[in-house]
Amino acid sequence: MSAPEPRPSFLLTRLDEFVTWSQKNSLWPFGSGLACCAIEMIATAAARFDIARFGMELFRASPRQADLFIVAGTVTNKMAPILRRLWDQMPDPKWAVAMGNCAVCGGPFPTYSVLQGVDKIIPVDVYIAGCPPTPQGLLHGLITLQEKIARSHPTKEILNPDARNTR
Amino acid sequence: MPEIPADRPLPRQAFEALSGRFPDSVLSSDFDKGELSVTIPKGILLAVLGYLKDDLGFGSLNDLIVLDNLAAPEGKKRFSLLYQLYRFPGDIRIRLVLDLDESEGVDSIVPLYRSADWAEREAYDMFGIVFEGHPGLRRIYLEEDFEGHPLRKDFPLAGRSGGL
Repeated sequence: MSAPEPRPSFLLTRLDEFVTWSQKNSLWPFGSGLACCAIEMIATAAARFDIARFGMELFRASPRQADLFIVAGTVTNKMAPILRRLWDQMPDPKWAVAMGNCAVCGGPFPTYSVLQGVDKIIPVDVYIAGCPPTPQGLLHGLITLQEKIARSHPTKEILNPDARNTR
Repeated sequence: MPEIPADRPLPRQAFEALSGRFPDSVLSSDFDKGELSVTIPKGILLAVLGYLKDDLGFGSLNDLIVLDNLAAPEGKKRFSLLYQLYRFPGDIRIRLVLDLDESEGVDSIVPLYRSADWAEREAYDMFGIVFEGHPGLRRIYLEEDFEGHPLRKDFPLAGRSGGL
């Protein structure tokens, strides 16, 4: 009696779903800790909240190795050109999260020195309110971002680069 | 002569030495919470500071403070500069006060106290005080193309452009 021939295993899916499934489960964050929100972001990365459950534990110190820009904290007008440059240095595809009221809209600082919302210089995908947001808040925002990525169509963007601006 | 308690002989000695060396230049003086405060005219700032540092031993400039007297009564000059000096032996503090109009500059004290370098740049950045003879008087906190001096009381809180 001979063993049955092993069947070749295969899986049917759509390319978009496969690509977005990979993207959303291996986001590499570039954490720009600009103020107290950074502490909550660090707490999110630590053992208690454990961002590694979502495949995001690989915080990079270089924007060239990251695809998720977490703007955590107050953006001053002096810092704004530097943030914009860091964003430009990140390779596509990339996503941005504005963490905390300061990054969302200037927060409690409607003053001469603070940028009134980081969306004035980079395109933001998810806004997380809070002063600062709790780690649960940040995780909720990141899960929301994962859902948004799952809805996107990367193959369309390959065929038409302008489609990225409409997603 | 300010009222200095008998158990604080060192500030009294310092004040007497200072007012003896510059007899007509002490415009007013005060002693409050263990700190001696002396108002002097602008012109003799470097001479007074040199005397305090070299002869009386006030080797440390702790802070340089600027007050904007915009809301003060008529006749008061626009700005007050406060030089906070400290002498380690004896634990004495002296505050030199001088008044300054908006159009006036003042001598830089960087040749005497190196620690005044960034303090004067900050005073220039926030209040627009011009320190003559400073080795590199430019903004220290704000971006270089920023217009105006934000800690002046007539500066709008949200900035001239109403925020970016």
